[in-house]
Amino acid sequence: MSLLSFKTASISASVLAAALLLTACGGQATNTSSDPADGLSGSVTIDGSSTVAPLSEAAADMYRDVEAGVNVTVATSGTGGGFKAFCAGETDISDASRPIKDDEAADCEANGIKYTEIVIANDGLSVVVNPENDWASCLTVEQLNTIWAPESEGTVTNWNQVDASFPDEPLVLFGAGTDSGTFDYFTDAINGDEGAIRADYSPSEDDNITIQGVQGDKGAMGFFGLSYVEENPDAITALEIDGGQGCIYPTKETVQDSSYQPLGRGLFLYVNDANYADKAQLRSFVDFYLENSDAVAEAALYIPLTADQKSTATTELATLVG
Amino acid sequence: MTFLTTGLGAHIRSASIHGKVRGGEHSARSVLFLIALWLCLFVAFGVLLTLIITTLIDGFSRLDSRLVTEYPASAPERAGLRPAILGSIWVIGATALLTIPLGVAAAVHLEEFADRKKWFNRAIELNVQNLAAVPSIVYGLLALGFLALLGVQNKNIVIGGALALGLLVLPVIIISTREALRGVPLEIRQGSLALGATPLQTVWRQTLPASVPGIATGAILGLSRALGEAAPLLVLGALVFVSFDPNGLLSGYTTMPIQIFNWTSRPQAEFHELASAGSILLLLILLAMNGLAIFIRNRYQQRW
Repeated sequence: MSLLSFKTASISASVLAAALLLTACGGQATNTSSDPADGLSGSVTIDGSSTVAPLSEAAADMYRDVEAGVNVTVATSGTGGGFKAFCAGETDISDASRPIKDDEAADCEANGIKYTEIVIANDGLSVVVNPENDWASCLTVEQLNTIWAPESEGTVTNWNQVDASFPDEPLVLFGAGTDSGTFDYFTDAINGDEGAIRADYSPSEDDNITIQGVQGDKGAMGFFGLSYVEENPDAITALEIDGGQGCIYPTKETVQDSSYQPLGRGLFLYVNDANYADKAQLRSFVDFYLENSDAVAEAALYIPLTADQKSTATTELATLVG
Repeated sequence: MTFLTTGLGAHIRSASIHGKVRGGEHSARSVLFLIALWLCLFVAFGVLLTLIITTLIDGFSRLDSRLVTEYPASAPERAGLRPAILGSIWVIGATALLTIPLGVAAAVHLEEFADRKKWFNRAIELNVQNLAAVPSIVYGLLALGFLALLGVQNKNIVIGGALALGLLVLPVIIISTREALRGVPLEIRQGSLALGATPLQTVWRQTLPASVPGIATGAILGLSRALGEAAPLLVLGALVFVSFDPNGLLSGYTTMPIQIFNWTSRPQAEFHELASAGSILLLLILLAMNGLAIFIRNRYQQRW
């Protein structure tokens, strides 16, 4: 009997010990040991969109060469999950592929978290067709939806079904594979739901294969990131997109001034104001990120900021230090 | 009666006609069944083999020292698994420290001391069996809830991951320890008790040492399952980019499966090669661990 209680006691003791150990970690969530002299230390925590993560990873990667003592970590809980952690004060920076929503902003306010929104890069998608395609030069979002919607699978197979004025030419579709942020963005913008797309198109993670496919067929159509169009101007023709504001051709400029809609967007960083002012390593990292945003965008295959966008962000950050 | 015998006779006749060679073993149906079984085996092995071979082909070019020594980077040719490997070691080590004593103690209690007539002991036994089959992501959610309850802010720390994986491994360790204890003959216990040892001394000095090979095998197999898990850690907000070596139980971390998962979701083909190389490395480590488990079992197992 005494033996039994001894066993129980030892088990409950080890459980208690584990619990104590865990409560001990609760206290020190974000270690902010910053040394104002050269050689910063401490941590910078980033969470959020997996679309923006390649940017933050590239920035963290480059920053390591400048300040090796600072631990920058990136997690990918998604834009929504990132804001949840950010508004609970758990992270310094939230990666977002869309602006913060009202209920998320309210959540931040309830927890007393003030933040600054920075556009860190631009993201644009282009819809491309074969150079011999002389009938379509501008498509509306509705027409694109007709072509790419999940319901069109097996039924919309010819250009003349998209618009009566288009010739009798079979539709051959190419596009990004399901792993890419491009895929998520395109399906969300065109079909209204992330991941919703007809299954009878040829997906590829390699944009060069999409380009070859579109080149090979007169009735072909494909979509991918904008940078590829600029690299292959003769091989394919990019379409103008009418998102309700008239036909706009995708270029770096139309994406940057956000007139190319809905396939152009900004990618955002949300920075915790208080932490930016208090933590030297965060201030140093964000400033570095912004200064090198061109190189970062290039490494992550996005469109860099305009001089205006950059100076807006710099001024906004400058007001935080006071 | 006559009807019955004629019926039987007809049956024997037909059997001898259709199954000419050695009775029913080579009848069309059993041959078909055999073919179906071979097909199943072939499909299962074929898929596994194709997977391993394509992974090997994809990843072989990146299977070099950089994979082990470099930190993750935005350029695939400079990227490596170093923090992920160290993170895996930290997390699995902490998991082992957390679960092996607890699991062995729980198994000893259930096997040696618990009164099986009591309904709650039977309920615990049943639940431990069931827990071994729960999807791993559920353990991640459980650990997440537990950490939130304790008010832990950063859940992506080594001890948090160890907690989630510990829950995953615990049933495996408990079950295998119980099996090992059950393998120790009753005479050993009785002999020990007859010589005046207390039940605790009997467990500590006779039963447990005798079942160490079984416990070690179970623990290694359980931990190697934990090593390959990404889902429960992703629920805890695991980091996908860590550019420093984890240095303690409260340090941020990433593990090999998470890093591989992150690389496979990148559009660049070079990252996919890197992911394949990482998968091969992970496979090799798992193979080594399972080999160790088999070695321990064969080398130290006692035959009574």
